[in-house]
Amino acid sequence: MIKKIFLIGNPNVGKSVVFSRLTGVQVISSNYPGTTVEIVSGYLKIGEEEIEVVDLPGTYSLEPSSKAEEVAVSLLKGQPKEEIVVINIIDSTNLERNLYVTLQLLEEGFAVVACLNMCDDTTHRGISIDLENLEKLLGIPVISTCAITGVGIKSLIERIKEARPVARDKSVHLQRWQNIGQIIEQVQRLTHRHHTFREVLEDASVRPVSGMFMAIAVILASFKIVRFLGEFLISKVFDPFFFNLYQPFLDKLSAALSSQGFLHHLLIGDLINGKIDFKQSMGLLTTAPYIEFAMVLPYIISFYLVLSVLEDVGFLPRLAMLLDNLLHKLGLHGFAIIPMLLGFGCNVPGILSTRILESKRERFIASTLISIGIPCVPLQAMIFGLLGQFGGFYVFGVYLVLFALWLFIGMILNRTLKGYSPEFLLEIPPYRFPPLLILWKKLVLRVKGFLIEAIPIVFLGVLVVNILLFFRLFDMVNYIFAPVVSGLFGLPKESTVALTIGFFRKDVAVGMLMPLALNVKQLFIASVLLAISFPCVATFVVLLRELGLRYLIKATLIMITAGLVVGTLLNLGIMF
Amino acid sequence: MKEKQRGRVSEISAGAALQNKFMSMGIYPGKEITKLSHFALRGPVAIKVGRSILALGHGMAGKIIVEIE
Repeated sequence: MIKKIFLIGNPNVGKSVVFSRLTGVQVISSNYPGTTVEIVSGYLKIGEEEIEVVDLPGTYSLEPSSKAEEVAVSLLKGQPKEEIVVINIIDSTNLERNLYVTLQLLEEGFAVVACLNMCDDTTHRGISIDLENLEKLLGIPVISTCAITGVGIKSLIERIKEARPVARDKSVHLQRWQNIGQIIEQVQRLTHRHHTFREVLEDASVRPVSGMFMAIAVILASFKIVRFLGEFLISKVFDPFFFNLYQPFLDKLSAALSSQGFLHHLLIGDLINGKIDFKQSMGLLTTAPYIEFAMVLPYIISFYLVLSVLEDVGFLPRLAMLLDNLLHKLGLHGFAIIPMLLGFGCNVPGILSTRILESKRERFIASTLISIGIPCVPLQAMIFGLLGQFGGFYVFGVYLVLFALWLFIGMILNRTLKGYSPEFLLEIPPYRFPPLLILWKKLVLRVKGFLIEAIPIVFLGVLVVNILLFFRLFDMVNYIFAPVVSGLFGLPKESTVALTIGFFRKDVAVGMLMPLALNVKQLFIASVLLAISFPCVATFVVLLRELGLRYLIKATLIMITAGLVVGTLLNLGIMF
Repeated sequence: MKEKQRGRVSEISAGAALQNKFMSMGIYPGKEITKLSHFALRGPVAIKVGRSILALGHGMAGKIIVEIE
């Protein structure tokens, strides 16, 4: 009786794509090792039965060496062996290396089905594999699939029930490789071909000089595309919608509510020069949707589109290699650039993906740096919207301050924390053309995730703030914090409210600065402060879960100190 | 080992944990590897093992003793 099916295999062989095919559950998949850091499960129907399918983080062996691998192996070993079937996903273009885990699984006595994925990639790489022979040699069902197009998934499902444990003697490492060598000799035929253009590019991108040029070009282009697409969406899609279609309706509503009173204050907010101003009114139906849909959402779409392309092409591990030296200064290694980049979208997935790093020390450093020095898309979008009108210089300045802080705090943490930074060992995947369907699904998944998470909090936040403001309950908070906010940071004391709201949503917080008519220096300081001080509540919860209370308190103290120091220094005019 | 040079791994002089890790990624005594590149200032080294490209830290790479043919 099968109770559970586990998907296991080397990193970056497409386990998550197979998982999506089997269960219909959409998960993020990319072209770099370590995309899956959380355990995801779904259900597969075989005949009348519904069986739970679990997608595990990739692992090179059953002897784990990172947190994500540890989780995978302990889950697998925590189940009675009679009740589970393991689908071992194998990269067909790299059969030899992948068979190591297969043999380990068989030796441990698991019932295994081997799934030779990426079968479409073998032909033009000059590889042919004798499936029947492999099946005979291993003694288990072997199915060739191409999960991205769906080829072979049906026969994979049909044959899951054939999986039986095979008697296989335990062997030690070297023997295992010798066994694999023998198997490979019998089943795999290679035809020699000339280097393709892709392989030339692949080689060039792991060399220092050519790699650096490629990286700079790619990053600059990405940044340009994100901005261009974001601005295009705002000016051609979202703004016209809000101003031409939505505003007339609101004008009528405002008039019907006779332009004042509690309800008008809640829904529409304050009229600016007798008119609704989407950026300043702060009403539940005016500023709240405008911030989320017309200022933040366009950048969410453009950022994730570009990030997804970079992920699927296989560029990120190469970037990791280029930045390895720099990140070592911060007590991390090159691979930490991936959590950092994800953090630019939203700090939550960024911090989650620090699980690909080996030690607790590294994960603490990386998480702290993400929550201090990496502004998320909603915050960046608002900073563009707010500071952009004074010129790109100021926007660039915010990034510069954050980057300096990121570097500085990282170096201090590296010096002061016990332990050392482990070295980096990473597989560089081949360049692949991004599969468009996967790209699209990933984008939809991420945008949906943003909307589900952001909208309730944004509306609730604006509602609560409006009630508190209406009854003037913030006055006391303003009064208490006035010495810090006005004294040290040189901001009007009303901006305390905005900085507090930053704990819930950064985008709303910046939104609340808009009616205060701050000058450019004040806006600049407030933007930087919002980025480095307290992370939003979602990030806070993830930090607590991933690091534990003790480290969370440490990280928080660092943030508060950084906020106080940087806010004061900027106010004293170091930048101006 | 110089760039583009091929060699055969003769020994891995590292602790058991790293040996295991290398082993599971396909780097073991007798295996043929090719060095692709290295970065300045003790930066990472790229090698080709079988059909995959691996990037490893300078210190780690130094632990793989190679016989050049």
